[in-house]
Amino acid sequence: MISEKAKERMRALARRYPAARSAVMPSLYIAQEEEGYITREGLEAVAEAVGITVDDVESVATFYTMYHTQPPGKKIVKVCTSISCYLRNCDSLMEHLEARLGIKRGETTPDGNITLQGAECLASCGSAPVIQVNGQFVENVTLEKADTLIDELE
Amino acid sequence: MPETEQFLLKNINVPGVDGIEVYRQHGGYEALAKALQSDPDQLVEELKKSGLRGRGGAGFPTGLKWSFLAKNDKPRYLCCNSDESEPGTFKDRMLMERLPHLLVEGVLITSYACRVKTAFIYVRGELPYAADQVQKAVDEAYEAGLIGSNILGSDYSIDVIVHRGAGAYICGEESALMESLEGRRGYPRLKPPFPAVIGLYGGPTVINNCETLCTVPAIIQHGADYYASFGTEKSKGTRIFGLSGQVKKPGNYELPLGIPLRTLIYDERYGGGVLNDKQVKAVIPGGSSTFFLGPDKLDLPMDYESVAAAGSMLGSGGVIVINEDTCIVGAIARAAEFYRDESCGKCTPCREGTYWLTELLERLEHGKGKMKDIDLLVDICGNISGKSFCPLGDAATSLITSGIRLFREEFEYHVTHGHCMVG
Ligand SMILES: NC(=O)C1=CN([C@@H]2O[C@H](COP(=O)(O)OP(=O)(O)OC[C@H]3O[C@@H](n4cnc5c(N)ncnc54)[C@H](O)[C@@H]3O)[C@@H](O)[C@H]2O)C=CC1
Ligand SMILES: Cc1cc2nc3c(=O)[nH]c(=O)nc-3n(C[C@H](O)[C@H](O)[C@H](O)COP(=O)(O)O)c2cc1C
Ligand code: SF4
Ligand code: FES
Repeated sequence: MISEKAKERMRALARRYPAARSAVMPSLYIAQEEEGYITREGLEAVAEAVGITVDDVESVATFYTMYHTQPPGKKIVKVCTSISCYLRNCDSLMEHLEARLGIKRGETTPDGNITLQGAECLASCGSAPVIQVNGQFVENVTLEKADTLIDELE
Repeated sequence: MPETEQFLLKNINVPGVDGIEVYRQHGGYEALAKALQSDPDQLVEELKKSGLRGRGGAGFPTGLKWSFLAKNDKPRYLCCNSDESEPGTFKDRMLMERLPHLLVEGVLITSYACRVKTAFIYVRGELPYAADQVQKAVDEAYEAGLIGSNILGSDYSIDVIVHRGAGAYICGEESALMESLEGRRGYPRLKPPFPAVIGLYGGPTVINNCETLCTVPAIIQHGADYYASFGTEKSKGTRIFGLSGQVKKPGNYELPLGIPLRTLIYDERYGGGVLNDKQVKAVIPGGSSTFFLGPDKLDLPMDYESVAAAGSMLGSGGVIVINEDTCIVGAIARAAEFYRDESCGKCTPCREGTYWLTELLERLEHGKGKMKDIDLLVDICGNISGKSFCPLGDAATSLITSGIRLFREEFEYHVTHGHCMVG
């Protein structure tokens, strides 16, 4: 459900920008905050607040990778797999996490707790390899550090 | 004259400097006050004199760009490009997280100099803490009367909006960034017209990188001449070099342009040498969109002209070091995946080409490639580079063409032996 309060926040954003349409991305974030992912109702609420069609909103939502089309796990664990982390053994870190969690990258643990993802350069190359948990950084990750992290998340 | 000066990072380790109070105790917002006493055009001249060049990658002279803003009656906008996502680059995130007021001050001075009334800070979606820090700084600055109507008692008014991206590398390209900010898919626009002429909402728009804007307060504070006394003849001042990969002490180091690559990598104050005391095999000098330099280039001065003359680009300042134990084919294959995944799909050479490049590289990497695949790679690169709609296509080819040029025997070894030469 998209609350009335959320809809009001979206409308306020539409007034804040020089053109209402600019509020589509921040409004999608609000919709996602409300429901965990982007639902039909979320798209409709954004369309109404911003004053564009639902199709239009959907075309924006599907372009950007951070809007989820399906409910993700409670905790999203992203492992950077780009070049600087690659040079610091991110692949063995990823393999270790896959084995530990019993899932492959892109999957969610059966209890819906943890989603494991590969990520592209997270602007933390100087402290590689790096993991993000729901947006928070864990840097210079060793296999032991990764285990401790998973212990905490489980 | 001191050997170097920290224009950006001087106070980065001061506890609490991410808050407005401590920032002001250390001279923060004095440059803004000084700027508001000057005529905006004079500030543009000062920036021209400083020689500051864009730190986003292309190195375009900042003052010159400001002076190119179209003179018409449309509202003008400023957009800070904080979409940092070039592999090997991690300076803007640090600046936003730890010195958010420096960025806000840079945005305000630049807005005033360019007669802008609405400024945006576009922060990459994957960096929520950085965005929160910048939002907090903006809120504090509103509260303190530094943003809003008649700031610091002047007749200048300015609004600042922090906008979050949502996962798309292409939105760092300035025209795609404007599309995104206007609420559409982040597809690049045709350039020219440059944003300075037709930008956000059709108005003349200044777009600068986060580090570029963070450098502005120091230039106004200390004067263009002092700033320009560091660096080289054509590459003035200091910039943040982000050192990563196989070095002992990776990190962000603010140093004068023209510093020898060897100093950056080996000096105890900076990189401290190659990991496990190995030899350097290759260096990517400016983020993964730039060309490899071989170990014969270690004495290269790190300024725009010298790096270009050596066949690469200073780019975003992200210096990635690769040692002798690393398989170059594997490293290139990994870098190529990035461009395949991030191609926005608008034009065919890049969309299809990056896919084929990755397929071929993975095949070679896993020992299943053929000799002719190596030439095919070069051929496909030739069909992407210069033939794509935006520079992402070109960028996808740089490590492949330069990698084959420098390390062809490693590619061939993969074909003849079915595995790599090293490790
Ligand atoms: N920091 C990062 O994360 C990344 C940086 N890059 C860098 O981006 C660079 C390419 O960026 P582009 O914006 O395509 O380069 P560009 O050369 O088209 O433009 C550079 C800047 O100068 C301005 N400009 C150029 N000529 C102008 C004129 N005649 N009038 C007014 N303004 C003018 C442009 O608007 C732009 O702001 C690459 O060299 C690469 O190193 C690429 C990927 C990621
Ligand atoms: C594919 C692509 C991605 C880019 N990403 C960024 C980026 O993340 N940050 C940035 O400042 N510039 C990026 N740029 C360069 C911008 O288009 C633009 O040149 C820059 O923001 C201008 O600011 P500057 O003059 O201060 O460097 C990118 C360019 C391309 C082609
Ligand atoms: S070159 Fe690639 S990123 Fe640029 S417009 Fe074409 S498909 Fe999109
Ligand atoms: S390459 Fe992993 S954070 Fe940049």
